[in-house]
Amino acid sequence: MSLRLIEGNEAVALGAYSAGCGFFAGYPITPATSIFNSMLGLLPPTGGTVLQAEDEIAAIGYCIGASMAGQKAMTATSGPGISLYSENISFAIGSEIPLVVADVQRLGPSTGSATKGADGDIQFLRWGNTAGQPVIVLAPVDVADCFRLTMEAFNLSERFRCPVFLASNKEVGQTRESLDLEAMETPRVLERKTAPEGEGFRPFAFQREDEAPAFLPIGGSTLVRQTSSTHGEDGYITADPEEIERMQRHREAKVSAHVDSFAFSEQSLDPEADLVILTYGVTARSAREALAWCRSEGKRVSLLVLKTLWPVPRALIREKTRGANAVLVAEMNQGQYAPEVERTVPDREVRFVGKMNGELVSPYEIKESVDAWFAE
Amino acid sequence: MPGLLNKERPPVFCPGCSHDKVVRSLDRALQNMGLAGNQVVLVSDIGCSGLFDTFFHTHALHGLHGRALTYAAGIKLARPEARVIVTMGDGGLGIGGAHLLAACRRNLNLTLLVLNNFNFGMTGGQFSATTPRESLVGSGFLNTLEQPMDICSVADSAGAPYVARCSAYTKDLANHLQQAVENEGFSLVDIWGICTGRFKKQNTVGPGQLEQRITELPAYNGRIPANERGEYAASYARQREIRTEAGLPVAIEPRFAAPQQERVEAVLLGAAGQRVVTAGEILCLAAMTAGHQATQKNDYPITVLTGHSVSETILSPEPIAYTGITRPSVLLALAEDGVKRRKKLFGTLTAETLVLKVPEVEIPQTEATMKEIDLRAMGIKEHDWALASLAVLAGMNRILSLEMLERAITLRFREELQGPALDVVRTAAGGQLPDTG
Repeated sequence: MSLRLIEGNEAVALGAYSAGCGFFAGYPITPATSIFNSMLGLLPPTGGTVLQAEDEIAAIGYCIGASMAGQKAMTATSGPGISLYSENISFAIGSEIPLVVADVQRLGPSTGSATKGADGDIQFLRWGNTAGQPVIVLAPVDVADCFRLTMEAFNLSERFRCPVFLASNKEVGQTRESLDLEAMETPRVLERKTAPEGEGFRPFAFQREDEAPAFLPIGGSTLVRQTSSTHGEDGYITADPEEIERMQRHREAKVSAHVDSFAFSEQSLDPEADLVILTYGVTARSAREALAWCRSEGKRVSLLVLKTLWPVPRALIREKTRGANAVLVAEMNQGQYAPEVERTVPDREVRFVGKMNGELVSPYEIKESVDAWFAE
Repeated sequence: MPGLLNKERPPVFCPGCSHDKVVRSLDRALQNMGLAGNQVVLVSDIGCSGLFDTFFHTHALHGLHGRALTYAAGIKLARPEARVIVTMGDGGLGIGGAHLLAACRRNLNLTLLVLNNFNFGMTGGQFSATTPRESLVGSGFLNTLEQPMDICSVADSAGAPYVARCSAYTKDLANHLQQAVENEGFSLVDIWGICTGRFKKQNTVGPGQLEQRITELPAYNGRIPANERGEYAASYARQREIRTEAGLPVAIEPRFAAPQQERVEAVLLGAAGQRVVTAGEILCLAAMTAGHQATQKNDYPITVLTGHSVSETILSPEPIAYTGITRPSVLLALAEDGVKRRKKLFGTLTAETLVLKVPEVEIPQTEATMKEIDLRAMGIKEHDWALASLAVLAGMNRILSLEMLERAITLRFREELQGPALDVVRTAAGGQLPDTG
């Protein structure tokens, strides 16, 4: 065993590098800046590119260009930057551009508190695009997750040709933690599926509705078109409602249909549990302690930590909460994910515990909510 | 060389629109250069200039309004061999102003063609960043209140090494465009044209007037010697050669037994300049030399060299879940600023918590066990107080041992800094540092 002291943001950069990221662009913003700093130490010396953008719109724009030219690209920011990314996020979704976006969340709204954490962007990440098409959001709990889930984020973005978000948090990103890096299991690195070269390449042609189109890079030997406009398979504007509908369904299906294959989670299940604590992100760390505490008092409680937040892994949530009477959703905001759980298990009582004041939800607060439910 | 126009999608503009001339001249320029379609990437903006990519049989990216230069830069950096040409209107230039300035300053080998027709043609002829104050536009009187900007002067002052201004009606337009595309660096051509669909309906404007107005402005005919310098991608490539890859944080093998075998929390309450964050890190590394897990969170203001500096560390033989401070084993009170920042904490302490404080610091009422350490009297400089306080703890064999601390110092500091740090430890721990080779 050997341990290294690694910061969450540094682990995101290392994960990106391990996944084959060759291009990073970012604009400085607390608490995400150390991802930029780490990428600067990793990419240029190994042939990659890091740009400091003039603003967040440019940061994601550079990444979109590099990704369309065939590189794996990542950008990192915090909530205020996600706002500025928004229009380009829609572009990346609508035009099937692989991209990883790390959001090291800070306390909002707006400028908020640069050095305080929150999970306040969870719904914003899901719905921050025009047309409301599905996105993939992964949420790290700790430094190990920062590394591993960033690698998964790249794999998913390549596999589905879409932006994938890492919903980190100041409390994860700027926390240093001991990690046995060498002992960690990491995913195999995936590359985007490429199309055969040759005249008449149709950049958005897909074999199955729920599969990403095969890719060829802009600037390669075969001509490639990319457009943010409503397009058909050939990458030209279309006004044909049937073709438009087909492309919309495709973008919906390719992400939503496969969520069970990337429903990352961690759980500690009691088959006789009366209540399941469901949580994600840094709050999972408090929930682990609350769980042990509740069990030490003889309460039958399970814990489900979601690491894939979007699309909502509904089958996983149903399976892991089966038999329990109630689900307690613990999150570092005012209850953004709890309604998703309600919708997923409408026959169960769903409660919420959390806060958004810059402090962690403590094990004690979760325990109190569990106790209150058992007392009723 | 055959032309690169898309035979299946011939150019379509409003009748008489000067954009048509630019399309055909650009095709001629690319032909003259002998470029094949797959050697060219057209990045088009939103508006009428955004139609360009469909008229050519080249690589193409049509993106968001005003952002074309950003996509182009990403493509160019990933594919340095491609000829990347951006078409943008005066509208895109205005909304994407920051990207124009960045492109000029960066000097990446891109060509920006601004199809400047002094209004937003597609949305009803509203005024743009270049509309003359006396023009009649779709924005009522608003343009009469704002000064049009001279694109070329702005680009020049932002550092563009190649800036040209010409009329879309000039006979050698293709030649102008070719020179710009051939220039090795960022090139901008401000191409003045006439929007027949909107602008010309309300304003008297013809090719002659455009030529006349151009002569009234500072002349820009291409290379600007004062702005000439290394091209960005080439300069970047040279940096790649000389930079060394950042290594991983040091790997630590367990070799000692920690004095405590349960979760302990230590909070360092200091001020900027006391190297509190470094001491917190050393404490974590020390715990790791005993095979323990560690977490560290720091709290300091956005201003540096002033104000509080707080480091919260948790050390445990088990994986650490909650990273908040609940019942600190040790509080190191080294400065008023840090103590004030966590003053609520003192009220929650019991006698199980050890507070080490320097005499200079007042602390709130607390039931914790107190111990005063007069580091100044020991001759220790204030910037070493955080480290010295760890040495005092180690001397007491509390949380960490001296051998753990010494090992952490050798892992954390460069060789020349290890000696002075170990001296501080020796002084603060009362000469208890063991000899470990």
